[in-house]
Amino acid sequence: MTFTSRSALPGFHLALGYTLVYLSLIVLIPLAGVFFKATELGLAEIWAILRSERVLSALTLSFGTALIAAALNAVFGTLVAWVFVRYDFPGKRLFDAMIDLPFALPTAVAGIALTALYAGNGWVGQWLEPLGIKIAFTQVGIIIALLFIGLPFVVRTVEPVLRDMEKELEEAAALLGASRWQTIRLVLLPSLLPSLLTGFALAFARGVGEYGSVIFIAGNLPYVSEIAPLLIVIRLEEFDYTGATVVAAAMLVIAFVMLFVINGLQAWSNRHKVRNQSLALPVQGAKQ
Amino acid sequence: MSTTLSVKANHSAVTESAGMRQLLIAGALLFLLLFLLLPLISVFFEALRNGIGTYAEALTEPDALAAVKLTLIAAGISVPLNLVFGVAAAWAVAKFEFRGKTLLITLIDLPFSVSPVVAGLIYILMFGASGWAAGLIADTNIQIIFALPGIVLATIFVTFPFVARELIPLMQEQGTDDEQAALSLGANGWQTFWHVTLPNVRWGLLYGVLLCNARAMGEFGAVSVVSGHIRGETNTMPLHVEILYNEYNFAAAFAMASVLASLALLTLGLKSLLETRHGEALSQSHKH
Amino acid sequence: MDITLNTIDKQFGQFKALDNIDLHIESGELIALLGPSGSGKTTLLRIIAGLEFADGGGVYFGGEDVVAIPLRKRQIGFVFQHYALFKHMTVRDNVSFGLRVRKGEIRPDKAAIRRRADELLDLVQLSELGDRYPHQLSGGQRQRVALARALAIEPKVLLLDEPFGALDAKVRKELRQWLRELHQKTGVTTLFVTHDQEEALELADRVVIMSGGKIAQVGSVDEVYERPASPLVFDFLGSTNRIPAKLQDDHLIVGGQQIVRYNGNQTGNVTIYVRPGDLRVAGTRDIGLDATVLNVQRTGPIVRATVEIPSTGQRLSVEMPHLHHDVKQLIPKQTLRLRLMQFSVFAAEPDLISESIIAPHLIGRERLRQA
Repeated sequence: MTFTSRSALPGFHLALGYTLVYLSLIVLIPLAGVFFKATELGLAEIWAILRSERVLSALTLSFGTALIAAALNAVFGTLVAWVFVRYDFPGKRLFDAMIDLPFALPTAVAGIALTALYAGNGWVGQWLEPLGIKIAFTQVGIIIALLFIGLPFVVRTVEPVLRDMEKELEEAAALLGASRWQTIRLVLLPSLLPSLLTGFALAFARGVGEYGSVIFIAGNLPYVSEIAPLLIVIRLEEFDYTGATVVAAAMLVIAFVMLFVINGLQAWSNRHKVRNQSLALPVQGAKQ
Repeated sequence: MSTTLSVKANHSAVTESAGMRQLLIAGALLFLLLFLLLPLISVFFEALRNGIGTYAEALTEPDALAAVKLTLIAAGISVPLNLVFGVAAAWAVAKFEFRGKTLLITLIDLPFSVSPVVAGLIYILMFGASGWAAGLIADTNIQIIFALPGIVLATIFVTFPFVARELIPLMQEQGTDDEQAALSLGANGWQTFWHVTLPNVRWGLLYGVLLCNARAMGEFGAVSVVSGHIRGETNTMPLHVEILYNEYNFAAAFAMASVLASLALLTLGLKSLLETRHGEALSQSHKH
Repeated sequence: MDITLNTIDKQFGQFKALDNIDLHIESGELIALLGPSGSGKTTLLRIIAGLEFADGGGVYFGGEDVVAIPLRKRQIGFVFQHYALFKHMTVRDNVSFGLRVRKGEIRPDKAAIRRRADELLDLVQLSELGDRYPHQLSGGQRQRVALARALAIEPKVLLLDEPFGALDAKVRKELRQWLRELHQKTGVTTLFVTHDQEEALELADRVVIMSGGKIAQVGSVDEVYERPASPLVFDFLGSTNRIPAKLQDDHLIVGGQQIVRYNGNQTGNVTIYVRPGDLRVAGTRDIGLDATVLNVQRTGPIVRATVEIPSTGQRLSVEMPHLHHDVKQLIPKQTLRLRLMQFSVFAAEPDLISESIIAPHLIGRERLRQA
């Protein structure tokens, strides 16, 4: 055994063996199948499929809307996290628990509910329609659905960092003469940045692949409001497995890149955390 | 001591003006109202729009009951499987040092980054009519795609990381001291696991199972691809919602959706309860 | 800038953090706020800084009421216990922060800001480390960055919360010395909070001893050490032997033995407070307290012994320098007579007229001059 250090605890081989077998059977081998399937085609063919206008516009739409929604979530999610961590108001606990609703609510339910709400005759839509704002069955609808899906990712990554942030940093800034806005801009936001970017990336990654909540509200017009996952489904229904596979492979590659980026971001923000601890730990020791 | 007290006191020297505070709270709550609360409320409102009779009817018709049954079976198989996996993976990753550990953790998280539609597609490519692994089951009568096994596979894939990613950080925080103490007192490996490790992580385990189950019952995209949408046979609850919705049977669609939404609320409630009651027994990220 | 605190009160929920605090600090003084945790010393410091608001009372800088002056205009240098350095900024950016956030005319130009930051880094002997980040520094270096940052705004008052609490013993000693010198150089009115009596006594001009939200005693180092106003102060300034005794006929009597002459003009039960280091071996014909040596420990330059008073069974600790000629008499099981070189006597009972709570009060302090 060279790749593990010795341990007194038993069960390592059994546990790791089972983990690797299960992981391979359920995740790795099936995923590899996508690339096997794609390699049946030549590069030129793959390129031709990816370059077709319908595929291109579907991919662009999925990425574009996910990007916009993640950016909006970064702003509003930070606002929500800030309000929850810093202020007290009635119903706070209830709202706090509700933040995770998008994690728990089936996407199809979210999809039809948002559609009912933002359609021209819906509770919200009826006020916007006279103003000429159409949400349901447009690209805006997709962004609304992705806002819903992505919100908890930002809130739940920013919230703990904000909670752990030493109040002293703000006090120090104020004592040194900084205005509140300067404190937020120069001290708070830079400290939040790693977690904010992580939340953004998580929301974005989820948004690109999202299907259930989007298809009801999107309108699904080819070239206009047809997202990439829907295009995969349509290709499958047409028994065009090759076409579906190529789009899926493209999405997978991008998902892997995102995973890589997210891991990097998390390592970055963790390093930040370790630094904070190493500043604080000896103090706690000395205090006792 | 006095420092911690002062942080709790809401009268702080470094905060926004009262007006600004209220504005930010109002902004955050309006956002949550529009994108979280109203969709949830509208599910129940639309479900009961045509009266309780229609509602009850929609839920008791045979196809609806079949969907409920299928959902329970699929979750009933996939959740325990992922539970066992999660425990094994957490034991290997948290209690031992070995090379490639970071990669393993990343791979366990991989299904979260894959679009649900792609998750369904990979099994179609494997076990579909001309799938590359179809030969494995050709001689048997087992049908995987457009049948229960496919639905279970897709569900396992999308809920794959839930238990593991809750247990790994928790068990890492707890270290191996307890286990080593048990072993030094003469317990064997299984006894140590049953009497020491498992009780230590039981609330975290429950937390992971709760989230895993919510997603398993609510999964739409992945299951939709492999199910084939055969009414009364391969329709899970979320798929049933979609079919009814596409048939413009909105009341029935929302009735079924309201059951799923109630399940989500129950999950959130239990989750909050766990966080408040047993926060210290959950991994760091869920402590409140 | 002199500071006056006038009847400061502060309550956290049920907890009375500060109770009617009056204090005057002269311009240029170096003051230690000393007390156990929970005594209210940090809260008092934060109220002076404006980080906390008193429920009642006034804070005056140079006669001017500052309660209404917002934090960022008070011009207070504050060094936090955990330094609160901005982790994403270099050392130089940390130090120059207070200048960079100035607005309009009072904001120096870039070159001047940099020059000033470098001067301050020079002052705290960190000129080489301007481009480092806080996490790349040692604890003592971070502490000095925090000080330089606080000094950059040319504060009228410098406040330090447990400035050496996070440092190891050796660094702590060096920094104390250095802070003392820095104070002499700058002359800024300085208050620091500490729970370490040695630190307070070594560094401060005057010590404010706090307990339970009240000021137990204010005075110069000699005053509080030589004439502690209460058992609490005595306790807090070092380890203590408490010996119940009777005061009668101009003598203190322990277990029937007259142990020391004491002219108290009173008769009754008292408690003698004597430090382990103020006990020495007396000649057999001298008056003193008989005790049996139980055990002796040598810890570096100090020899510690535990002795027992046979008549009462009470145990006392005795400390002396390892080269002291009495040390050779500290032999286990040996009975010897102890001399009280310096001690305080507190009445264990309240005076009968007063109906207030039983609070021991100092009725006298005695010191033997012969060594």
